[in-house]
Amino acid sequence: MFDILFPALGETIYMSFVSTFLALIIGFFLAIVLTLTSKGGLKENLKVYSILDVVINTLRSFPFIILMIVLFPVTKFLIGKSIGTTAAIIPLTIGAAPFVARLIESALKEVEIGVIEAAKSFGASDFQIIFKVMLVEALPAIISAITLTLITVIGFSAMAGAVGGGGLGDVAIKYGYYRFQTDTMIYTVLILIALVQICQSLGDYLYKITKK
Amino acid sequence: MINIKNLDKYYSDTKVLNNISIDIKKGEIFAIVGHSGAGKSTLLRCINGLEDYSDGSLIVNNKEIKALGKDQLREFRKNIGMIFQHFSLIQRKTVFENVALPMQLWGFKKEVILKKVKDLLELVGLDKKIDAYPNQLSGGQKQRVAIARALTLDPDILLSDEATSALDPNTTTSILNLLKEINEKLNITIILVTHEMEVVKQIAQKALLLEHGNIIGFDDTEELFLKPDLKMKEFLGETEVVPNEGVNIKIYFPKDNAFQSFITKMARELDMDFNIVWGKLEEINTHIVGNMVINIEEKDKEKVTNYIKEHKIIWEVL
Repeated sequence: MFDILFPALGETIYMSFVSTFLALIIGFFLAIVLTLTSKGGLKENLKVYSILDVVINTLRSFPFIILMIVLFPVTKFLIGKSIGTTAAIIPLTIGAAPFVARLIESALKEVEIGVIEAAKSFGASDFQIIFKVMLVEALPAIISAITLTLITVIGFSAMAGAVGGGGLGDVAIKYGYYRFQTDTMIYTVLILIALVQICQSLGDYLYKITKK
Repeated sequence: MINIKNLDKYYSDTKVLNNISIDIKKGEIFAIVGHSGAGKSTLLRCINGLEDYSDGSLIVNNKEIKALGKDQLREFRKNIGMIFQHFSLIQRKTVFENVALPMQLWGFKKEVILKKVKDLLELVGLDKKIDAYPNQLSGGQKQRVAIARALTLDPDILLSDEATSALDPNTTTSILNLLKEINEKLNITIILVTHEMEVVKQIAQKALLLEHGNIIGFDDTEELFLKPDLKMKEFLGETEVVPNEGVNIKIYFPKDNAFQSFITKMARELDMDFNIVWGKLEEINTHIVGNMVINIEEKDKEKVTNYIKEHKIIWEVL
């Protein structure tokens, strides 16, 4: 049984971490564009904001399993095939990026307006305000956002089995559900609980040391 | 140094500043006073370009603010420090890092920054808190850090937006004293926005009263408080409670008046008794000014008014 569980754990970690990382890069970029262009933002541009807003909301509305299927052609174009563990990373990333964008956007929105005004008052540029003031101030909230995303992606990755992505969720369905191996099912759930717990604790710890 | 002429500002259709014209001289402590929504913070923010204005002109050090490009405006702002009601410090940076930030952004050398921050923290009396985080400081201390930060780029002008409104009276006084010290030591022009009359009385040399975007008073602080006109009285929420019978005469005591003996002298010389029915003395900008209302009988009115006129005292019949 463990020779099934261990590779599956590896696949889950691989899929979740890589997609979270990629989603962060995309989401971070989107969040900054959203923050800049929002009403009252440093470079207010409501047209750009509302287009992004709609795109993000649309992507977030998809049930993940459907998103995966919709994205088959994109995945195939990007990595040459639409099934397998690596292939699952594409829909996971695209599913998580809008989520990250929203979380980081709201973290940046929480930065006190007065702090931004103060930065302007001593002549900071927009670039400096974003990177030297807002991101510094929002770091703990961003760490929370990353933790939340990682755990959500671990959950999503259970569905990656549907595209041959493997992982613990796949094992739970294939062995635990279809073949009535209750013990395998219990073990997968326990491993997932431990994984989520570790991620959350690490995130909480990082939050605590960055929050002053 | 700051010349504002016929300044108008609209928020969409609402006029928030109406035909504002004032001059502020170098080295002055200038107060902009008004209730919330009077447009005072907006006016202050026009001075360093945080807000733009619709019509009129605002010239600081011979530069028309509206004409400045984005980078020119950033450069220009080095010359104007600003402090805020809620201190606006970066919570995740230490006192040192907060004060150093403007210089870091402008690419100053590390040694220069270190020395300047230490000097400024000493000036504001917080050199021992250099490694503390803002949430380890009291409100007054936070404002001191903010003041140090506002002075890092050696500005000529310091803008204060309700900087003492979140502080208790004693802390307010100590912050005001610090501002006064900075004004005197560094010859920095200070423009402060406040709704607290106490603040104006304590440090402002000149005051501008705003109501719904209109100027309703603009004078030396002593004058403004000495003989408040109807609008000003309304603003201060003061009305004298005086008797209905007889004649009530209000006598003003300007700052250079030997006021203490005037009333008793008048009583003695006219050989007359009168009631003192109202009075107020205040310390304004280190001068004592005030007024007193006496109640006399109708038949004595002429005698008393003639006496007052002879002594060149400011007075009015209520």
